[in-house]
Amino acid sequence: MPSILAEMLSYDFILRALLVGLLVSLCASLLGSSLVLKRYSMIGDGLSHVGYGALAFAAAFNLAPLYVAIPVVVAAAFFLLRLSQNSRLKGDALIAIISSSALAIGMIIISVFQVNIDVNSYMFGSILALQQEDVAVSVVSSLAVIALYILFYNKIFSVTFDESFSKATGIKTGLYNGLIALLTAVVIVVGMRLMGALLISSLVIFPSLTAMRVCKSYRGVTVFSVVISIVCFITGLVITFYLPVPTGACIVVVDLAAFLICTLVGKIKSAVRK
Amino acid sequence: MSYEGVAAFKDISFSVESGDYLLILGENGSGKSTLVKGILGLKEPSAGKIAFNGITPRQIGYLPQQNAIQKDFPATVQEVVLSGCLGAGGFCPFYTKKQRQAADKSIRHLHLEDIRKKSFRDLSGGQQQRVLIARALCATDKMLLLDEPVTGLDAVMTAELYDITEHLNKVHKTTIIMISHDIANALKYANKVLHLSAGNSFFGTAEEYVRTDFYKNMTGGGNNAEYSC
Repeated sequence: MPSILAEMLSYDFILRALLVGLLVSLCASLLGSSLVLKRYSMIGDGLSHVGYGALAFAAAFNLAPLYVAIPVVVAAAFFLLRLSQNSRLKGDALIAIISSSALAIGMIIISVFQVNIDVNSYMFGSILALQQEDVAVSVVSSLAVIALYILFYNKIFSVTFDESFSKATGIKTGLYNGLIALLTAVVIVVGMRLMGALLISSLVIFPSLTAMRVCKSYRGVTVFSVVISIVCFITGLVITFYLPVPTGACIVVVDLAAFLICTLVGKIKSAVRK
Repeated sequence: MSYEGVAAFKDISFSVESGDYLLILGENGSGKSTLVKGILGLKEPSAGKIAFNGITPRQIGYLPQQNAIQKDFPATVQEVVLSGCLGAGGFCPFYTKKQRQAADKSIRHLHLEDIRKKSFRDLSGGQQQRVLIARALCATDKMLLLDEPVTGLDAVMTAELYDITEHLNKVHKTTIIMISHDIANALKYANKVLHLSAGNSFFGTAEEYVRTDFYKNMTGGGNNAEYSC
């Protein structure tokens, strides 16, 4: 095992994938609890499709992908949260509209401009997709997400748990909802190169859902979901080194396994208590 | 401590003094939630005013209507109660010792010591309401605003909830404002009643209220407007 690990780490692209992947898994699982509990599980899916559209646009005009995708997806996230609060279109319907439209526009851009990109790797991710300059942007934005999350942890908890109460005690709920949207958008864009547009949302929702099966406290859920997320990511990456399977898909399946195991453990625990 | 409100939805003035127990009644759509927002300082009344004397909207403990998100929320009683202290903290990212002490006091106050490590989602409906009252009392014990607190509770839990409000009102001199549909029970505890209605509204003492047509209609003595649709 150690020799295999050493061999893995001797490849530059694996090191890059490992670094970015670990940071993205960490950030995604932090935000996951809040998003799942606020019934925004599908937001990751919607935003990643917007990200796909933005990346296609960037490729068509030879722009740096992340510098186009991050602002566009952040705008989409704000749009989603704002609109679903004030309009008749509820969250899930709105996400469905935005995600399929962005996907369609992305496909049209790619075919009209004859962009030479690997659609498969955009959709399902690739550990080869990360370039050196992406790594720097990814690391900086991930660290910013972690710092902001820790600083506003208590307020994010309060706004997630009870928005009306938070508002009444003078917490600026709009500001913190905006913050959650912003952080989510950044994580999605940074992570979708690795995981793919179709699979990135699993990184957001799985670890939190898994942790919620077995943990009683919010802090417990937060910490345990980070641990699960990181363990599943590393496991998935190691497996793909042995087997000819795509990394993103493998990580999702490992996440699913962890979810099923923890569901079982949770059921047994509550049965024992009774 | 008193305020008078003349809101746009109808011409009615009312005042609450320190130590009062005010029951707010009214059909759906009569403007109860607008009034709640006004009292909490979240919405300026479009006409009339709400005047606070010796209290600010931030010093009102608030128990909102139950929401679906909380039913399966993984958080301990301690975490939920502590979050009630946040409003006073400003930009400080972490809880101060003072805030933790306030939460502890609140937990003792509502006898939650034994379940403080339990998960909110594993509690009964009545226990959950007790936790949320404890959270509301973190910031203040001057005034408590409860928005339909007994909805979905069984008879035993409902009685327990009224006992808590009565205890807070009588022993701790907390001013209580309760919005409720449960007129028969709530009237036993309130000393003042505000009845909002599309036509004319009523404000007065509980004794006066039971002699009005509002009361007769609400309790089924007359033609009940709520059943006519």
